[in-house]
Amino acid sequence: MKQVNRLDDGGRINRQTPLNFTFNDKTYQGFEGDTLASALLANGVDVVGRSFKYSRPRGVITADAQEPNAIFQVGSNDASTIPNPRATQTELYANLVCSSTNGWPNVDFDLMGTVGKVGGSAMPPGFYYKTFMFPQSMWMSYEKMIRKGAGLGCSPLQPDPDSYDKLNHHCDVMVVGAGPAGLSAALAAARAGARVIIADEQNEMGGSLLCSTELIDETAAAVWLVSTLTELAENDNVLLLPRSTAFGYYDQNYIGINERRSDHIGETNSNGTRQRLHKVRAKQVILATGAHERPLVFGNNDVPGCMLASAVTTYINRYAVVPGNRLALMTTNDNAYKAAIAWHDAGKSVVLIADTRPSADGFLVKEAMKRGIKVEFGHGIIDVKGSKRVKSVEVAPLSADGKSVSGQAVSYTCDTVASSGGWSPVLHLSSHTGSKPIWRDDIQGFVPGKTEQAQHICGGIQGVYDLSQVLEDGIKCGLAAAGDAGKNVSSLELLAPTVTKNIETPAMALFHIPHFKPTSRAPKQFVDYQNDVTAAGIELANREGFESIEHVKRYTALGFGTDQGKLGNINGMAITANSLGKTIPETGTTIFRPMYTPVTFGALSGSDVKQLFDPARFTAMHSWHVDNGAEFEDVGQWKRPWYYPKPGETMEQALARECLATRNSVGLLDASTLGKIDIQGKDAREFLNRVYTNPWSQLAVGKCRYGVMCKEDGMVFDDGVTACINDNRFQMTTTTGGAAGVLNWLELWHQTEWPELEVYFSTVTDHWSTMTISGPNSRKVLEKLTDADVSNEAFPYMGWIAAEVAGVKARIFRISFTGELSFEINVQANFGLHCWEAVVAAGQEFDITPYGTETMHILRAEKGFIIVGQDTDGSVTPQDLDMNWVVGKKKAFSYLGKRSWTREDNERTDRKQFVGLKPKDPKVVLPEGAQIVFDKDQPIPMTMVGHVTSSYYSACLGYSFALAVVKGGLERKGQSVFVPLADGTTIEAEICSSVFYDPKGDRQNV
Amino acid sequence: MSDLVKVESPLQHADFAALSALTTEGGVVLREDALLGHVNLRGNAQDPEFVAGVAKALGLALPLAPCSSAQNDDTTIMWLSPDEWIILVEGGKEEATEASLRANLTGHFAVSDISGGQTILELSGDDCIKVLQKSTGYDVHLDNFPIGKVVGTTFAKSSAHIRRTGEQSFQLVIRRSFSDYIWLWLQQSSKEYGLRIAL
Amino acid sequence: MLHIYCPYCEEFREEDEFHPVGEAHIERPLEPEALTDEQWSQYLFFRKNPRGLHHEMWVHGAGCRKFFNMTRHTVTYKILETYKMGQQPSVVAEESE
Ligand SMILES: [Zn+2]
Repeated sequence: MKQVNRLDDGGRINRQTPLNFTFNDKTYQGFEGDTLASALLANGVDVVGRSFKYSRPRGVITADAQEPNAIFQVGSNDASTIPNPRATQTELYANLVCSSTNGWPNVDFDLMGTVGKVGGSAMPPGFYYKTFMFPQSMWMSYEKMIRKGAGLGCSPLQPDPDSYDKLNHHCDVMVVGAGPAGLSAALAAARAGARVIIADEQNEMGGSLLCSTELIDETAAAVWLVSTLTELAENDNVLLLPRSTAFGYYDQNYIGINERRSDHIGETNSNGTRQRLHKVRAKQVILATGAHERPLVFGNNDVPGCMLASAVTTYINRYAVVPGNRLALMTTNDNAYKAAIAWHDAGKSVVLIADTRPSADGFLVKEAMKRGIKVEFGHGIIDVKGSKRVKSVEVAPLSADGKSVSGQAVSYTCDTVASSGGWSPVLHLSSHTGSKPIWRDDIQGFVPGKTEQAQHICGGIQGVYDLSQVLEDGIKCGLAAAGDAGKNVSSLELLAPTVTKNIETPAMALFHIPHFKPTSRAPKQFVDYQNDVTAAGIELANREGFESIEHVKRYTALGFGTDQGKLGNINGMAITANSLGKTIPETGTTIFRPMYTPVTFGALSGSDVKQLFDPARFTAMHSWHVDNGAEFEDVGQWKRPWYYPKPGETMEQALARECLATRNSVGLLDASTLGKIDIQGKDAREFLNRVYTNPWSQLAVGKCRYGVMCKEDGMVFDDGVTACINDNRFQMTTTTGGAAGVLNWLELWHQTEWPELEVYFSTVTDHWSTMTISGPNSRKVLEKLTDADVSNEAFPYMGWIAAEVAGVKARIFRISFTGELSFEINVQANFGLHCWEAVVAAGQEFDITPYGTETMHILRAEKGFIIVGQDTDGSVTPQDLDMNWVVGKKKAFSYLGKRSWTREDNERTDRKQFVGLKPKDPKVVLPEGAQIVFDKDQPIPMTMVGHVTSSYYSACLGYSFALAVVKGGLERKGQSVFVPLADGTTIEAEICSSVFYDPKGDRQNV
Repeated sequence: MSDLVKVESPLQHADFAALSALTTEGGVVLREDALLGHVNLRGNAQDPEFVAGVAKALGLALPLAPCSSAQNDDTTIMWLSPDEWIILVEGGKEEATEASLRANLTGHFAVSDISGGQTILELSGDDCIKVLQKSTGYDVHLDNFPIGKVVGTTFAKSSAHIRRTGEQSFQLVIRRSFSDYIWLWLQQSSKEYGLRIAL
Repeated sequence: MLHIYCPYCEEFREEDEFHPVGEAHIERPLEPEALTDEQWSQYLFFRKNPRGLHHEMWVHGAGCRKFFNMTRHTVTYKILETYKMGQQPSVVAEESE
């Protein structure tokens, strides 16, 4: 297919490399260097999508990030597809496949179009709120309909095959935008010796210079561009980031940049990073983001063929595409004349320039007139005819203030309408950090306001548009930033290159072109194309009392599309201001939040996906667990053996086998994940007294003690066994999940409240591998591995010894979490696997059985031992747990948590208390987390009096049992409670002691 | 201890010996300095007796400036905080080091053998800086991170103490339980440059 | 993301090395038992929530593990100073704030 609108020469495209692509199932050809938008325009494609509310056909309107219409679904399959990239910013690659996002079912015939035409007046702004909020029960189905109609694209259904990553940077000067301002600034800062990063969202750096016909130092701008880029590229202190969008500006000069590294090559890049997120901490930031042109608001200004004047210039000069044959231009300023001049010079016809100003005689105006182009001053285009393409325009004289039509309209036949209402500085990034933009009448635009950041601005972002001034501004700004970053710039003299300064006639402040009819009855004048917000809609909102621009936006949805109102917000404010008789700054300001343009989830996740999503922590014995068929459970980040099924065994069978083996012979548990803290110093004991609820003054060397920690509110938050190594040294054990938190807790109190106590804490969690042998035969196993005397007499319960086990130095703790005779062997972790294997070998004759966390949970629950975080939830005191025995009554220091136990609420007798539950049916296992009621016949909502915290079937006991918290439960032993289930049935259970097995504790003492 | 005792570094399972034979090219070079003696030391840097006692015990002056380190032929000391250091010695010498410190120090101090709890990775090669840039938000530019400096910082979703040993070489002190994660991370983040395992 | 000067490491570090702990300069009462429930609850639960300068405690978790204080503006997020535990802020809010 021929590229009907492509010029034979010129532009920055490579005609030697044609690229085929598919849009809405039709194949076209473009060239390397094209964007998707320029390629479609080259092929004469007018309609690229349908509008959301009215389903009107829409065409490409911009050549930049503002684009509201050419929003596509790009990608050939369910894995590669990307919703909503802007065609104006999507580089063309070979065999690109894309389709319209909001055309449903297709752009040329649209079901919604019928609704839209009929429903136009039935769908005024506020339509969601008014129509769809009531009845509320219908909202869900309305929402579905809106979403379908809105067509905001499809998410990929298959996993993304590409990789993404992130890179951190630090620099002296971060320059955002590589137009003439940014490049001069970067050059100046680099010459001052600063570490510079310069990022630009386009594939080529240069910004406006890429389509400029101006001369710099008497040669083409492109020559200056090449020499500048070369100098920057050759400087080791400079990083150039093209195809990189600075999407967010965060506190203290932190910039987020998304670099598209391979999107322009093709769909998948198996050999590298598709997109890279750069996180830049800069000493100084220079925003050289330029300005976006504003369209004018006039009747039927959304008909395909209506474009921004600067977009027309860009397509002609940069892409060698003239997107039509007959152009009508409407402008409030000189700059837009460039579009007509370029159009004319490309050999096409300019039917008219309607200049809203009474007169103008600037350089560009004269250039246009020199070419014989017809210019009508004091005129505006008040209406456009055509549906899928502009057919003609109505041009009428305007009053001097531009607010009314002052004479008859004349019709001009044309296929393209370019308009320009002036320029809006791209201040989005400055706004991200909370800086409020301020309005400047002289440039008719908002500029960045006061900021807390080390931020500099130059060029278009502060309303400096003349190229010679822009280049000068950039150099000044670059030097200032380098100086503020600590570089010596006093000796550096840099001169801006020379550019002829052209005479310009001042622009007219005009946003909304009037019609003969009042706005409410005039042809639709679009402000926000993506959300179909019209001038009439905004005025209606104003009449209904929405006066603040923030309210107007929410009522009309102005600025709420994927384009975030880049194109329409200022025009919307101007219309509001006009209809309320206020100035633009009086109606409010414009606030932008990150992201500047959408960033893919892939880029935001970077490499932190799949197995790198969350670190997995392993013990030294992990490979053994894997080799021996363990199923694993996540405990925090740890992978812990859950149970070890034998071939053909169900989980229940495996658990029964593991439990019985431990109770009857000997079991083996990897307990390495428990937190371990080495506490040293002469005040270690006193410190323990203050953080644990029980007393530590009497704990002898060689002994261990169980302790409970509470927060200051009196609630249990960790527990574990601490051993006295010597008078100045203790080893504390914490829960697996609590390890980091407890160490932090100890440091907090030591560093902030009790620095006078001489004590140090060091984590030794990872240093020790811990294996617990538990069961009546555990001593026999241990005896085979050590020469130490481990008899009950020499090594009684709650003691510890240092001994050699399997040839390795070990600390053995005689503590028990199963209620059986147990030894916890700790060895330096590099010997962990060795020692474990030795234990397994020694235990073979006793059929030693490795068990996992689930069996551990069952065995401890049979003994009524709590697991903090499972049986407690931060609202449970030691008293609630019936653990008064762990509460020190006579300790001198008012230890953490103690005072809170006498707070009124904590002394209530009907608090939820920790008890055992025995289901009436011994085979029924209560669901963990299930609510408990006293009266099973009470109608819903029932009074809930507690919940099940742990629940198991016990192979050792031969019945099911549970642990629970129940209101006043300790006084209710023997009574029945009920557990109502979701299916309407109820399970009855009896409240009992939380200790089900060996209540006297004889078995662990043998 | 008996010769029959099997000792395994945290990255034993990665089998660096086999991997080192696979590639001789790569912009990133990784080596595990396995099974060293790691001793954690706490004490008051303002106490001249403590500082002198450490120097006597180790034959190396304690680095007192924030983020500094000291090194001689057989000992490296890294500053971790104003009252905390890590001492690296040849594997097996940790007990003697601990004993020597205890013999030479008085007053308030703490010494913990943590040799089983961490390992050292050496990262070098032309592209190792890029890998570090992917892994930590700390500024690894030579101006900010000179040779000998040591910083405790985040490392991907874990943490590490990073010590610069050359313009393009670094030591990472990492925790045993996170070592497999960091190994996976380094493989992923060095993929585009090529990873070579050194012994 | 904040850029925080650790007064112990003596340099700026990225926020992800730190954790916020809460309001600074809250002292544990020396004699908790002597306090009424209401007084105790003031210490336990009630915190300032100023619009403006806030003195707050942070910990350099991934670095030196030291707790320290910061004066930060809760609207602009500007960090006016960080200072060691036991020290007093040099920047304080006006009475009217
Ligand atoms: Zn620090």
